Amino acid sequence: MKKANWPVWLSGTVLLTGASLGVLAAFLVRWGNPGNMGICVACFLRDIAGGLGFHRAAGVQYIRPEIMGIILGAFVAAFLAKEFRPTGGSSTLLRFILGMFSMTGALVFLGCPVRMALRLSGGDLNAILGVGGFASGIYLGVIFLRRGFTLGRSGSAGKSNGIILPTIMLGLFLLLIARPAFIFFSEKGPGSQYAPVLLSFIAGLLIGGLAQRSRFCLVGGIRDFILIGNPYLFFGLMALIASGTLTNLFLGQFHLGFSDQPVAHQAHLWNFLGMMLVGVCGVLLGGCPLRQLILAGEGNVDSTFVVLGMLAGAALAHNFDLASSPRGPTTYGQIAVIALLLFALLIGIKEKVA
Amino acid sequence: MIEIDVRGLACPIPVIRTKKALDEMQEGEILTIVDNPASKENVMRLARAYGCQIKVEPAGEDFRLTITRRRT
Repeated sequence: MKKANWPVWLSGTVLLTGASLGVLAAFLVRWGNPGNMGICVACFLRDIAGGLGFHRAAGVQYIRPEIMGIILGAFVAAFLAKEFRPTGGSSTLLRFILGMFSMTGALVFLGCPVRMALRLSGGDLNAILGVGGFASGIYLGVIFLRRGFTLGRSGSAGKSNGIILPTIMLGLFLLLIARPAFIFFSEKGPGSQYAPVLLSFIAGLLIGGLAQRSRFCLVGGIRDFILIGNPYLFFGLMALIASGTLTNLFLGQFHLGFSDQPVAHQAHLWNFLGMMLVGVCGVLLGGCPLRQLILAGEGNVDSTFVVLGMLAGAALAHNFDLASSPRGPTTYGQIAVIALLLFALLIGIKEKVA
Repeated sequence: MIEIDVRGLACPIPVIRTKKALDEMQEGEILTIVDNPASKENVMRLARAYGCQIKVEPAGEDFRLTITRRRT
């Protein structure tokens, strides 16, 4: 067999996406976002769940405009490129559930894959355990893919399906500006730390637009590398870590070590297992949490349900005390990660639709 | 010609199925039908990595990718 020779020069836009993400995230921290949390799909959906009152953890309630920006940026980019196309109908309920699982894992670790890379580029060495877990989870997922795992085919969906989530995002943006009494805003904690609304929103738009064009995906980066040796998306992860590290060094935000890292804990096993859950769910869902936001913006109803599942999962994680805090993981959180990992493995073994 | 219809299947299944077919043949043609541009790009990248010729035809909202593998 001839050895595959990947045309790496094609990775321009994915490198640009990763690099922009790293730079923008570091600046968002400078402008007011919590430490090493310039962008975090999991944390920000969790804050939105709190802002809407789905959970009552007082420190993590804010309508994060980065999320609205990312989804709307992807929507606009897809629309302009004539790639906006509502589809759906592939194991929608399972995707919702896997979105919940993924969020639980991310909140035990304290970050989605993007924040995992950003924590690393801020010098937080605890994130190395996260990377190990994430890659191991993806490796398990690849085994399922090789055995023929799929969640089944999707098909075309009515046009209005695809504009619902972008419309909800516009609505959220109005709620953020109008600040009605029924929306919760943290007075202390990470939820009270945020960059100016317009800067956050524009950063989100840029990231969403670029990620839509380049198909940037952190699960895909490691998955395609293990599965077929394709390094294309992997370069995106490398660019993100490199640009994040350089910008953090430049801004004086780089602090190497395990202790005293912002919004992080040092329970290595649970950092590992939390991200393992995120990794395996990411492969089963066909993309990392950021990629799900992008696909949802392109009109993918199945990914929209993953996003809604992550929102629901975030609410449950805080209501049931599953989410970790800087003091460490909770007992319930540890039980949940083990149980959900087993469920995710079962789904990976069982689902083989043609 | 082997036909691989992967319309509606998520990333990276179009690539896995096309790769399997490529690995199992010495020479010949594969027609992979995908329904989204991301899958189209991924399959094209795979074909290039294998040094195969590839022809892309849009067909409504789908793409028909004809991959030609020659004995080396």
